This record gives sequence, C-alpha cells and structure tokens, in this order.
Amino acid sequence: MLAKRIIPCLDIKDGRTVKGVNFVDLRDAGDPVELAGIYSREGADELVFLDISATEQKRKTLADLVYRVAEKVNIPFTVGGGISSVEDVDVLLHNGADKVSINSSAVKNPQLINDLVAKFGSQCIVVAIDAKQIDGEWIVHLVGGKVPTERKLFEWAKEVEERGAGEILFTSMDNDGTKDGFANEALARLSSELNIPIIASGGAGNKQHFSDTFTEGKADAALAASVFHFKEIGIQELKLELQGNGIPVRV
Amino acid sequence: MKIVIINYGAGNIQSIKFAIKRLGYEAVLSNDVSEIQRADKVIFPGVGEASSAMKMLLNSGLDKVIPTLKQPVLGICLGMQLMCHSSEEGNTTGLGIFDVDVVKFDNTVKVPQIGWNQITNLKSELFNGIEEKEHIYLVHSFYAPLCSETIAECTYGLDYSAALRKDNFYGTQFHPEKSSDVGEKILENFLKM
Repeated sequence: MLAKRIIPCLDIKDGRTVKGVNFVDLRDAGDPVELAGIYSREGADELVFLDISATEQKRKTLADLVYRVAEKVNIPFTVGGGISSVEDVDVLLHNGADKVSINSSAVKNPQLINDLVAKFGSQCIVVAIDAKQIDGEWIVHLVGGKVPTERKLFEWAKEVEERGAGEILFTSMDNDGTKDGFANEALARLSSELNIPIIASGGAGNKQHFSDTFTEGKADAALAASVFHFKEIGIQELKLELQGNGIPVRV
Repeated sequence: MKIVIINYGAGNIQSIKFAIKRLGYEAVLSNDVSEIQRADKVIFPGVGEASSAMKMLLNSGLDKVIPTLKQPVLGICLGMQLMCHSSEEGNTTGLGIFDVDVVKFDNTVKVPQIGWNQITNLKSELFNGIEEKEHIYLVHSFYAPLCSETIAECTYGLDYSAALRKDNFYGTQFHPEKSSDVGEKILENFLKM
C-alpha cells in the first residue's frame, strides 16, 4: 500500500539552513547536509529545500548544496525557490535533485510548466501554490502570501495539472504559522477535483493535525518546518501515532 | 570491479553514482560500447519519457548492445520499462528483454504514483536480506503488469511488477538509490552478484 509521506522543509539562505533549529546533537545547526542526514535517519520520507537567498551567486551556491545533499542522503529531495527557467532546472537535476518546485514563475509564465514537463517529465515537476481566503474565495498569492493575484486556487490547480505537473504543494497562508492544523477542507477539494498527488503545507502544530490532514484533508503527503526543527514533534513518534490511527506510513 | 552506468542522456544518474559510492564502490558513466561490454556490472537508468529515451538509445546504437550483454544488468525505473517488449508511453517499442508490455495506470488512482510502497512476493537473490512488505520509493505513471518474469510485486489499484528478471537481466520499477537502507541493500545485492 502506498504510504502517506512526512516531509520536513528546510529554508536555505546562501547555502545554510535558516530558521533556528533546535538540535542539540548537531555539530553545525546551519549545515543543511547534516540536518538532512538526521531527518533521513529519523524516518522522513522526503525533504524539501526552499532557497530564500537573493544573491548573485545564488544559482551556483544552490547547485553546490544539491550536490552535497545528493552525495549523502538516500531519500528523495525537492528543491525550490526562485527557479524560473529550463536551465535552472537542468542544473539542479544534474547535480542530483530528484524534483524541483516552482511557484511564482509558474503563475507569471504558465507555459514554463509545459516546457519543464516536456524536457524532464512530470515526475520531477512540483508546482507550489500559496493561497489564502479573501471573502470566502481561495485566491493564489505570490511572494510568500504578500501579493494577491487574479487567480483562484481551484482553477489554477486544475490548470497546473493539465499542463502536466506531477504534484501540487499547497500552502494555506491562512493556516501557515498558526499551528492550528492544515486547511483540510480546501485540501480535500483539491484531492477530489484533481488526480495528481497533493502535499499539504501550513498549520502543523501537533500529531493529530497530521492525522486529520490525511483523513479529512485526503492529502498524500504533509510538509512542515518548525514543529520538526524545534523537536516539538519527532518524526518517528509521529509515524507510530499515524500507524496507530490506521494511516499507512513507512516506519 | 568495474561498474558502468549507461549514460545515454536520460535521467538523474548522479544519485545512482552517489549511492554506489556510499556502498564503497566506484561507478563510471559511459556510452562507449566496448566499455559497457567489458564492465562487470551494468546499470541502465532512466527518468523521463519513454519514446524520447528510446530515441536516444537508437541514436547511440545501444539498443542493439544492451540485449546482448552477458554480465548482470540492472534497469531502474524507465530503464526497466525500456527493457520490456513495449510501452504505451509514446507507443514505444522496447528492447524486448522482458516479455511484457508496459501500460498506464488508469485514473481510479492518482497518477503518477509518488512515494513509498511495499514490495511483496520476493523471488530473487536481489532481495536477499530484505523482508516482505519493506517500503521502497517509486515515482511512475506506467507499469509492467504481473508476468512470468516478475520477481517482486507492488499494489497500486492493482498488483503489478515492482521488479523483473530474465537470466542476467534485472529491472526494478522502484529507485533503489532513493529507497533508504532497504534500497542500498538491494543495490549491494546486485553489485555482489
């Protein structure tokens, strides 16, 4: 049976992990490779690296990081953040990334999804969508939720699927940072209207939230950052609880 | 031991190279016919779309070489699918090593299948030391149905081939190089054949 996936997300700036991490056993808390190794040993199913640096050297630094992660880590990982061209993706995949995630660049230029899928295949193209509700309607936002667009979540998600994306990473900006749980109603609707895997993001605060997003939200995978980084939830204990709730997981 | 990863322009081969290195071996990437023929072990990777990958094989003449190899050969993911008789993806004629036709999952399940699924009915030394129902990582929209060459099964809407074997040819639909310790053990079993 296909297992539900648990995915820690690491924010990267200039090749280093940002967002404080609370791992006492880490020699270097800012080293993404070391952190990735720990998560992988704890049972993470996949990792996402989100590059938030904005420097000139960004591309090269990120490609180097991808290479170092691929060298050490034996689970799949996705890289996102500022990817806007076929060349960007080519470099990252050649350095060992399994998948790339695109967000703003897809909204600005939807044809990019088709171009990437044609060149690299659906299986490695994840489209990330950030959205929040405005007057009861889910509206796609850019720049970490700061800039609203004209696009509506469900229409955009359908278009993303039709253009060939392999997966959607949906972050509810209404839930992100609240620790009150994932946006399960919207997630369930995405899962029923689309036929590609949906990764839930935004709102994880406790183990029950993960359980709920897999059952009520019908998500295929759940992504979180701070609850893992600050060791509020251990991946192994989370998976055991999910298993106890009858949710298929890899333990 | 000489390990060659066939480099024909398809797929993320860096990960396979790294996985082999973690096991303490070195692999070279090559599309040179005599180097491939002289290797002790050959790995045939592949990610992407079947008909364009097959075109690259045809252009390099490797389509004629691969089926004649005598040493252990391991096809991974699309590599395994191209070793089959045909693929529904792009109406592709395959290398015909495995006597099975690759078809697409129907839309009663989400396509592609992405993630960790379990392998069962393990029937090969490739799985020495691997328990039934261990999880392995897969990402694919097309699959090889069960057949007489099936050496491991997976269930996604229906039962299908997670791995195939004919003589010295092995194929895994899953990615051993991305399947954590279980995958590394399988890869090690292959390298020790």
